[in-house]
Amino acid sequence: MKKLLASLAVAASFAMATNAAVAQTYPDRTITVVVPFAAGGPTDTVTRLVAEAMSKDLGQQIVVENVGGAGGTLGAGRVASADPDGYTLLLHHIGMATSATLYRKLAYDTLGAFEYVGLVTEVPMTIVARKDLEPTDLKGLVEYAKANKDTVTVANAGIGAASHLCGMLFMSAIQTPLVTVPYKGTGPAMTDLLGGQVDIMCDQTTNTAKQITGGTIKAYAVTTPQRLEALPDLPTTDEAGLPGMQVGIWHGIYAPKGTPAEVTERLSKSLQVALKDSNVVARFAELGTAPSSEADATPAALKAKLESEIARWKPIIEAAGQYAD
Amino acid sequence: MDLLDNLALGFSTASTIWNLGFCLIGVLLGTLIGVLPGIGATATIAMLLPLTFQIGDPVSSLIMLAGIYYGAQYGGSTTAILINMPGESSSAVTAIDGYQMARKGRAGAALAIAAIGSFFAGTVSTFLVAIFAPPLTAIALEFGAAEYFSLMIVGLVSAIALAHGSVVKALAMVVLGLLLGLVGTDVISGSPRFTLGIREYADGLNFVAVAVGVFGVAEILRNLENERTREVLMAKVSGLLPTREDFRAMAAPIVRGTAIGSILGILPGGGAILAAFASYTVEKRVSKNPEEFGKGAVAGVAGPESANNAGAQTSFIPMLTLGIPANPVMALMIGAMIIQGIVPGPNVASEQPALFWGIIASMWIGNLMLIVLNLPLIGLWVKLLTVPYYVLFPIIMAFCSIGVYSVNSNVFDLYAVALFGLLGYILTKLRCEPAPLLLGFVLGPLLEENLRRAMILSRGDPTTFITRPLSAALLAIAVAVLVVVLLPSVRKKRDEVFVEEEA
Repeated sequence: MKKLLASLAVAASFAMATNAAVAQTYPDRTITVVVPFAAGGPTDTVTRLVAEAMSKDLGQQIVVENVGGAGGTLGAGRVASADPDGYTLLLHHIGMATSATLYRKLAYDTLGAFEYVGLVTEVPMTIVARKDLEPTDLKGLVEYAKANKDTVTVANAGIGAASHLCGMLFMSAIQTPLVTVPYKGTGPAMTDLLGGQVDIMCDQTTNTAKQITGGTIKAYAVTTPQRLEALPDLPTTDEAGLPGMQVGIWHGIYAPKGTPAEVTERLSKSLQVALKDSNVVARFAELGTAPSSEADATPAALKAKLESEIARWKPIIEAAGQYAD
Repeated sequence: MDLLDNLALGFSTASTIWNLGFCLIGVLLGTLIGVLPGIGATATIAMLLPLTFQIGDPVSSLIMLAGIYYGAQYGGSTTAILINMPGESSSAVTAIDGYQMARKGRAGAALAIAAIGSFFAGTVSTFLVAIFAPPLTAIALEFGAAEYFSLMIVGLVSAIALAHGSVVKALAMVVLGLLLGLVGTDVISGSPRFTLGIREYADGLNFVAVAVGVFGVAEILRNLENERTREVLMAKVSGLLPTREDFRAMAAPIVRGTAIGSILGILPGGGAILAAFASYTVEKRVSKNPEEFGKGAVAGVAGPESANNAGAQTSFIPMLTLGIPANPVMALMIGAMIIQGIVPGPNVASEQPALFWGIIASMWIGNLMLIVLNLPLIGLWVKLLTVPYYVLFPIIMAFCSIGVYSVNSNVFDLYAVALFGLLGYILTKLRCEPAPLLLGFVLGPLLEENLRRAMILSRGDPTTFITRPLSAALLAIAVAVLVVVLLPSVRKKRDEVFVEEEA
């Protein structure tokens, strides 16, 4: 027994020593950031922009690897079981919090399997509709939806997608269930909205901003406390008559549990630098979003966000009674 | 003339030395990855996305990425013809008759036919994109769930024509394909179906894995049964270029294939994948010698290859006019644009005319480069067939495995290749053909998804399929095809009528 304890102690001290050594020279080789969605999508784009800027600061290349599938849980699971050495990271969005409830059998423990680096950005959502829908403002839309609840259709990009979450929130805010029409991804959903096949959608500005300014769809409100620079004429939900209906697709960077704190701190510092990079700021603005503040790009802020968001969405998803497994 | 000004702007943008260089790199890379079995355009473009940061100029980056995309369409038919290994749904059709031509020693002719057909289709569809992009977009937007459902019905009915043996077996294969297509998460309810509890199959079986398995691996297994016959078959490779009769036989199918592909390519909801299948069906129906199909018919290569390439070009239309991706490759292109600071939307043509017209012009230039590159390469590809099979097949297997893994970085896709290779081999022994299975596999999920979505939108009223005019027209076509297929006497009588008229 004594021997066992002794060897454990030796092993532990070795582990700590190597961890310290890791932290001092970190990073000395290429870092991989896993995006749990397909290449080319909004999360992938956000990741590539930030990774490019972070790699300049860290002096090492950052490779973006797309491990899509099962609503982002495959990629998250991959990182949860990766070596906690700081060379495998995860950039995930709000789905990290909602999949904790949407999936009853996850391959990892959402709150127990990761270390935190920081928040990256919170992409605003917009309530939009086909361009020939009658109501001209959000109040009118709510009345219209309540009066025609059997025929008004709400599109989303599939269970667990940002548009699905926001659609649920909209229906719970107006306390009226509408006809939900799921699609396989944002592309087909947006196509049908443009073609007037469905009525309403609530989606990220990354997908809607250009269509709104191009006049191909009608926009009613943005789900942020303040109006957006990219869409200055669009009122907020507070202004337009649905106070408190606020939702943003927040993105955060995670590392596997056990990654040394020095490493996550270093990454967090680098993230803060990247979020001030002029290219990142400019590209984010074109997508209708803004980088997170320095205070939010920290491990503590991301941890708090994840915990509060899991608690926020649990009752909404359970009330909807729709699970992804 | 607006159009001429625009095209002039496009060509002046695309024909700078710098952009010509990127176009060349793109089509070269595309041809290469197309030729390597299993590695597709999606994986390659995803790998090259970081490079676009370094290139800096959005026009050049997109010209290169677009070149990879249609270059891969060219190259993909090469493996389908030479080793029966289609890398995507469209070349699965080319494999049917192309591989039979190769087995008869006419690999060179088959490759040349595919290249010439692709070039013609590429040229015509590029001009279609330039002239008709906005009105064609308006048509595409008329397609709702009901219309897609009816279109898929047309596709499935046509699938029977893909078979050259028993119709019952072909039907069985279509149904098996449909069932395999159901594996994965149900789009409407979000619950996983038939995944055996394996989360890696939550998004369904990977198309590349299934195609490589049932076509390629099964064919390798069959060839390994008897090493000697294979060598004999390959020894008599003759005549690299198409004969005069070949040219005569391919002209009409190429024109028809181009028309079919151009129309179906515009539809963002999976229209393009139907193009090659639809063209094959049409060719077999109009052919004077339908019995030749499946045994190395020239029209069976020329039509689908043209349709496939035309569809690949016109699938740029929804992206360029609406900012909406028609397929995963287009999604990557949009990602590349955003990285460069251009968020594609409905105003790309007016806000970024040099980019918009530059890409269109580069498509034609790229197609020209491809034919100049590919015709001389045919001799080289055909020589590959003289490599002893015991050397060739391990190489093919290695590339397949790498290629399939590169699509999703998912080992379960490799297990699927092995399983479907075995299944494909058994099916070959039972004289069941893999092409209808693949079509069912591709169309099944689209059929179900659109059926259920159409029913949701119509609030459970099934008459939506016949009260919407476009949908009703498509269903009428499906019925007509079915009648022609089920009543061989109709066809026979028609032939007799023609004979009499000629006499």
